Amino acid sequence: MKNYFNLNELQLDALKEISNIGVGNAATSLSMLIGREVKLTVPKATLAPFSKIVEIIGGAEKEVAGGYLYVNGDIPLGILFFIPREQIPRLLDLLYGETMIKVDNNNHGDLLNEIQVSALKEIVNILAGSYLNSLGILTNQVFVPSVPALSVDMAGAILGQVLQSIGNVSDYALIIENVFSAEGEQINGYFFLIPEPETLDSLLKSIGV
Amino acid sequence: MSSEPIKIGIAELKTAFSPATLFTAGLGSCIGVCLWDPKIKLGGIVHIMLPDSTLGRNHVINKAKYADTGIRALIDEMLSKGANKRRLVAKTAGGAQMFIMQSNLEMLKIGERNIEAVRNELKHQNIKLISEDVGGNYGRTIEFFTENGQLLVKSIYKGVKII
Repeated sequence: MKNYFNLNELQLDALKEISNIGVGNAATSLSMLIGREVKLTVPKATLAPFSKIVEIIGGAEKEVAGGYLYVNGDIPLGILFFIPREQIPRLLDLLYGETMIKVDNNNHGDLLNEIQVSALKEIVNILAGSYLNSLGILTNQVFVPSVPALSVDMAGAILGQVLQSIGNVSDYALIIENVFSAEGEQINGYFFLIPEPETLDSLLKSIGV
Repeated sequence: MSSEPIKIGIAELKTAFSPATLFTAGLGSCIGVCLWDPKIKLGGIVHIMLPDSTLGRNHVINKAKYADTGIRALIDEMLSKGANKRRLVAKTAGGAQMFIMQSNLEMLKIGERNIEAVRNELKHQNIKLISEDVGGNYGRTIEFFTENGQLLVKSIYKGVKII
């Protein structure tokens, strides 16, 4: 299979399911970190041209913190984690306490300081680690992720860079999306699994569909 | 100038006559290449994503995805609407490196490679590059005014400028 369009319903469901289990695992980690219950929505799979993919995430100009990991190996994958920019202060508060980290939420243009950036990277690391662990168990594969990269900027700008890894083989992207939210808080994380068209077969075979 | 701006998404190209405004949002490593014919006030943007179509491994290619084929396709589209190639001028924005990683992953340098590829293709086509706002590590949104060829570049961290 060199093409996302050959996927059948069962295979799409299987991809959604492995992503769901992975995000469930990540949500448990997050729940322990912030001391709030974390809920998941039903996963969505979207196959769309690049120009439409950014609409899923709320438009190209939406300000987000984007954490990205690229997983090398037999089945290369991209994992992207978004949290809306305006929610970062509260997330960091929950994690580290208000006195430790102050983020001026009114000044969107302000760069986050070094501590805040590394705190966010750590969150991405922990969440992606939990996600990949469960993916590894389900597929019986070893996934070796890159160090997480973080960018706080426009969603479209971040996604454009992420999608170019599949741009040379496809005009479409397949994105498996999971959203989780912390109970009683305005915190929503968006998790995207971005499989590559040339290795979709291997990924599906590894889970037996 | 009252009409709605015309939106160009990733790997798309569009052209329009004055007084239309063309815009493309969230350029990261991608580049918005804007061409303008000052005489007939026709403008066009191609939102390219990758430098080189010869590296592509799929057969059905979307020309607007690559710097080389995208710029050529935009020129063709403009010529078909009455532009004269000798009058065309270019402005560009984008080509950032959004992620800083301790790794030599080829994809992370894509912004730089896009910048080079765009410059080369414009030179090859004998189109003058009047101004560019490229590189850095931040995203950009651009608005291109077909009435006067001005290009407005917005970013979260650097504010607004006109090039």
